Amino acid sequence: MKTLEMQRAHAVQAWNGLQNSARPVIYVGAGSCGLAAGAAEVIEAVEAYLAKKRIGADVLKVGCIGPCYLEPLVDVQMPGNPRISYSNVTAEVVRELFDSFFEKGEVFRRHLVGHFSENGFKGAPKFFEHPMLQRQVRIVLRNCGIIDPENVNHYLARDGYKGLEKCLWMPWSDVLEIVKNSGLRGRGGAGFPTWRKWLVCRETKSDTRYLICNADEGDPGAFMNRSLIEGDPHAVLEGMLIAAYTIGASKGFVYIRAEYPLAIQRLKSAIAQLRELGLLGRGILGSEFDFDISIKEGAGAFVCGEETALIASIEGKRGMPRTRPPFPAVAGLWGKPTIINNVETLGTLPNIIRNGAAWYSQYGTETSKGTKTFSLVGKLRRTGLIEVPLGMTVRSVVYDIGGGSVKGFKAVQTGGPSGGCLGEEFLDTPIDYEALGAAGSIMGSGGLIVLDRNTCIVDTAKYFLNFTQAESCGKCVPCRVGTRHLVNILERISQGKGEVSDLARLERLALAIKGGALCGLGQTAPNPVLTSLKYFRGEFLSHISDKRCPAAVCRDLVHYRIIKDKCTGCQRCVKICPTGAITGPRSEPHNLDMSMCIKCRSCYEICRFDAIAGDAIVIEPGA
Amino acid sequence: MPFDPFAEIVRGFEGEPAELIPILQRVQAIYGYLSPESVGRISRWLRISENEIFGVATFFAQFRFSQPGEHVIKVCLGTACHVKGGEQILDVLKRRLDIQPGESTADGRYQLERVACLGCCALAPVLAIDEKVYADTSVLRVHQMLEERENREDA
Ligand SMILES: Cc1cc2nc3c(=O)[nH]c(=O)nc-3n(C[C@H](O)[C@H](O)[C@H](O)COP(=O)(O)O)c2cc1C
Ligand code: FES
Repeated sequence: MKTLEMQRAHAVQAWNGLQNSARPVIYVGAGSCGLAAGAAEVIEAVEAYLAKKRIGADVLKVGCIGPCYLEPLVDVQMPGNPRISYSNVTAEVVRELFDSFFEKGEVFRRHLVGHFSENGFKGAPKFFEHPMLQRQVRIVLRNCGIIDPENVNHYLARDGYKGLEKCLWMPWSDVLEIVKNSGLRGRGGAGFPTWRKWLVCRETKSDTRYLICNADEGDPGAFMNRSLIEGDPHAVLEGMLIAAYTIGASKGFVYIRAEYPLAIQRLKSAIAQLRELGLLGRGILGSEFDFDISIKEGAGAFVCGEETALIASIEGKRGMPRTRPPFPAVAGLWGKPTIINNVETLGTLPNIIRNGAAWYSQYGTETSKGTKTFSLVGKLRRTGLIEVPLGMTVRSVVYDIGGGSVKGFKAVQTGGPSGGCLGEEFLDTPIDYEALGAAGSIMGSGGLIVLDRNTCIVDTAKYFLNFTQAESCGKCVPCRVGTRHLVNILERISQGKGEVSDLARLERLALAIKGGALCGLGQTAPNPVLTSLKYFRGEFLSHISDKRCPAAVCRDLVHYRIIKDKCTGCQRCVKICPTGAITGPRSEPHNLDMSMCIKCRSCYEICRFDAIAGDAIVIEPGA
Repeated sequence: MPFDPFAEIVRGFEGEPAELIPILQRVQAIYGYLSPESVGRISRWLRISENEIFGVATFFAQFRFSQPGEHVIKVCLGTACHVKGGEQILDVLKRRLDIQPGESTADGRYQLERVACLGCCALAPVLAIDEKVYADTSVLRVHQMLEERENREDA
């Protein structure tokens, strides 16, 4: 249809105009992570500065570009200069930064991360050559942090909706063939070949079929899907249109967790833009394809990320899973054939359709094709959202991209509550579905949580089991009762009350739950215990036999101590201690009465950050 | 006809049982919780028993059945926040506010909640007060935040 072409021509013009703008352009990373780091205050400072000095400039809010630890990120693009990115910007930094550009006419040097020009730029490195970004391949994240996610023209100008246009001229079976040849597997966790379940759905006779975008992102500690929706909502929506066209669905839902208000708002405005462009509704772009999308907000239940529970919840019921088969592709929402795909799976599709199957499958390994996003978090120097070709080693991700742990690497946890902890011996393991599975963990949705020597493996296993226990829907006994027992045993061990025979008990119980549970939640819940026991048995034994938590985390197995020679007697800890456990006159080393200490960490932190000595209080293993 | 707030709330819905959860979400967004009266009205409107509505509502962590405090403090206990000390941040808040998660202070000022993940894991540990999310918090920051708030109220 004419109008999209015209709109795109206009969009390209506007986008190019922005790149070569005669006015300064300021880009502020204002995703959830940027905002948490203080982007709102930065935007205020930017606008106040521009208003006060009467400078005409455009201020754009962009999504998360990945290195969250550098947030708030502000990019400055002066006429004739490339866009240059600055990190950890505060209101004060804004003043200095702008004074430099606007008053002195000089490129600001401090806080500088890099520039975005394809060519070189004197005195500044390329943004994408930053150590955190250099080894990444950004396909699904290509627009995140670059474009204004609320401006559909930015998406259109960067080849947006070209994938859909291409599809509408092909029979559905050809689209399916491309997806098949690309090797794309589901990014929601299980890694099931996308084309295969699509085919089942398409071949099931029915007057109605549904498509659901799974944006529940239940893995606590993972935020890839949030970032993608916030930073580039149209990529996900275009993916939904492509999927719906291929499977023959006329109605789609985005099931998104209520904890993501900004992502929900971005989706809503993007959907409204689509309606205006004639990309939703009847006869899309003059074809015979009808499709519409509604948003369903999740109500806070991890199990609702599981597809049959998710369907129950959309139907207005308690989010309980049911046994499969029948699979949703055959009988899903309201009994109709339904495809559920993860946000990232869908967001990848437009790229595959535009650039072809061979292009996509050049990345990755024999069986795990393409790229995958990960939320790289925990105890390491550089944290954030990354996208890498599948098959990259754990070492490259943790050290080259993440910069390693300050306190020494201990393990990486993959797969969230369904996965496991892999220690140093797995640093050279490639990150792909098969290798992680063989190691006893899973790929999962993309959470990579790095643990250092100050993280306790027993505590981490207990944390996950507490989580799955609380989230168990209660329908089947192995999961409901079994996980409770696992938690109790782990609790005992972390209190120093465990017995060596508990380890065998844990293993036996874990295997029974794995074999007996109804849905994926219960079947995978014991994984964190099993891998930890397998690879970190010694740490369990320390807790049991020596009543010692080597990482000094388990509260019943640590003590706090004031190093008399270091304490200057500044009384900061005396004031903050909520129980009066610390006493002592000013300028004399203080006393800590362990019988009153509740191990709340307040004294430890205040000594390190606010007191004169800085390191007079230590937390040590041993009760 | 007298103004009926419930009619406003269900405007745009069709009265289908499948709309139960979105309706509950809207009621809670407006009143802050699900009161027995609201549940009664929903039950009659959707022709679903109150029992069934409570059955669904109690399944999901989002729904509350009592009036929340004026300011909701949500402490993230997702994995990234846990390994960075989220538990101890919650402890300090429990002690200082003298309440457990899910409760509100006697003066109705604060409500304490634990949440599974706020999606800012790279900046852990994280907490939110109402809509504002705070990154890189610590036990110390929490002490300071509460003191600043108390001082502001006294002023
Ligand atoms: C307990 C449980 C929680 C899940 N949570 C999610 C989730 O938050 N997001 C998601 O995409 N898939 C989740 N899944 C996987 C889905 O059931 C489903 O496999 C997936 O959404 C399919 O999409 P894909 O083929 O594109 O990966 C979960 C599965 C289980 C068993
Ligand atoms: S784990 Fe706390 S924000 Fe994700």
